[in-house]
Amino acid sequence: MKNNRFLKPFLAAVVLGSLLFLCGCSGSRQTVNKPDKAPLPAAGEQLPAMTLATPENALTRTYLGLQNDAGQTISPGEIGGDILLIEIFSMYCPYCQHEAPMVNELYTLIQNDEKLATQIKIIGIGIGNSAFEVGIFREKYSVTFPLFADSDYTIYKDLGQVRTPFFIAIHNRGEKKNQIFYAKCGGFGNPEDFLQVLLDLAAR
Amino acid sequence: MIRKLTLTIAAIIGLLLLQAPLFAASQSFQEMIYDPGILPPIDSLLKVRVGDTAPGFTLPAVSGKVISLQDYRSKKIVVLSFIPAAWTPVCSDQWPGYNIVESMFAKYDATLLGISVDNIPTLFSWTGQMGKLWFEVLSDFWPHGQTANSYGILRSTGVSERCLVIIDKKGIIRYINVNDINQRPPLETLIQELEKISGKK
Repeated sequence: MKNNRFLKPFLAAVVLGSLLFLCGCSGSRQTVNKPDKAPLPAAGEQLPAMTLATPENALTRTYLGLQNDAGQTISPGEIGGDILLIEIFSMYCPYCQHEAPMVNELYTLIQNDEKLATQIKIIGIGIGNSAFEVGIFREKYSVTFPLFADSDYTIYKDLGQVRTPFFIAIHNRGEKKNQIFYAKCGGFGNPEDFLQVLLDLAAR
Repeated sequence: MIRKLTLTIAAIIGLLLLQAPLFAASQSFQEMIYDPGILPPIDSLLKVRVGDTAPGFTLPAVSGKVISLQDYRSKKIVVLSFIPAAWTPVCSDQWPGYNIVESMFAKYDATLLGISVDNIPTLFSWTGQMGKLWFEVLSDFWPHGQTANSYGILRSTGVSERCLVIIDKKGIIRYINVNDINQRPPLETLIQELEKISGKK
């Protein structure tokens, strides 16, 4: 009984101490590791909702088939074409820099084919990049397809913090609208082969 | 009563410890990059300020050269980009961005010197992953962090702050940004400062 008198406060102190210590550790790590991280994009899944700024350039708006004015926002579903290919990149990513000519080549291949040009649209989203930084990437690599800035990492977080470059292709029309049919990290290799892969997967 | 309390302690500790593998799993995708987690934003006291003569240094570069700040006097505006450590998340995507804006530095008659407290072999391996860099990468490894310390940006852990310093052609510090170590400094701010200091549009 006498022992209990000392043991109870001791155990209570242990509980309190343990809670403070462990909560402190997990609390500080939680901000780092985000255990509630969104899942990575995967074929068969839906593309998470995202908001993009309507491009300033009228020609870019025409390419995307947008009726909106600059200053407004759009969702990927408002972009024309049956297929939307999204490149998640960063101006600071050496792999994205290396892949840029290949993506340009793919875009040219598509634009040079009248049917494909209306069927497939390409956009790039620069994660953690300001509009200025996206502009640098556009200029440096002579990118002519539309690039958007995700300066506050909102899209990056919603896409499960993908590594870059990451390519996502979705059905953008019909029953499967917004469904991902291709999602892969890293370069896609030969643009002609990749284009065929996209068309085959989209037709399934 | 004691048994109840002991069981409660065990259950609480067990539940809290179970979280650890989840956190660890979420970091495993980093592969070659070591993520130190969120660090105190700044952990040093500046010893220099705008208007001061920049502390001189002579450091070995990954290129094999030995670079002195004095080499650029009257020739180039110098941007010092101190980064905390090789193979860490933010540092690994800061210099690759600078690597594609050589023409902007040239426009403002400026050069860039990357500085880290890592040794040359580490910096060689790490920067090799970034492709060919147009700017010199200097090792402030030995005496450890001496240059970072002379600017007052050596952290208590032995790495430097994430810091940008612009030094004009007279050797005077014109801009200092000791950035939050966890974040990349915005490129547009650096370019705007270069524009102001160079007087070129």
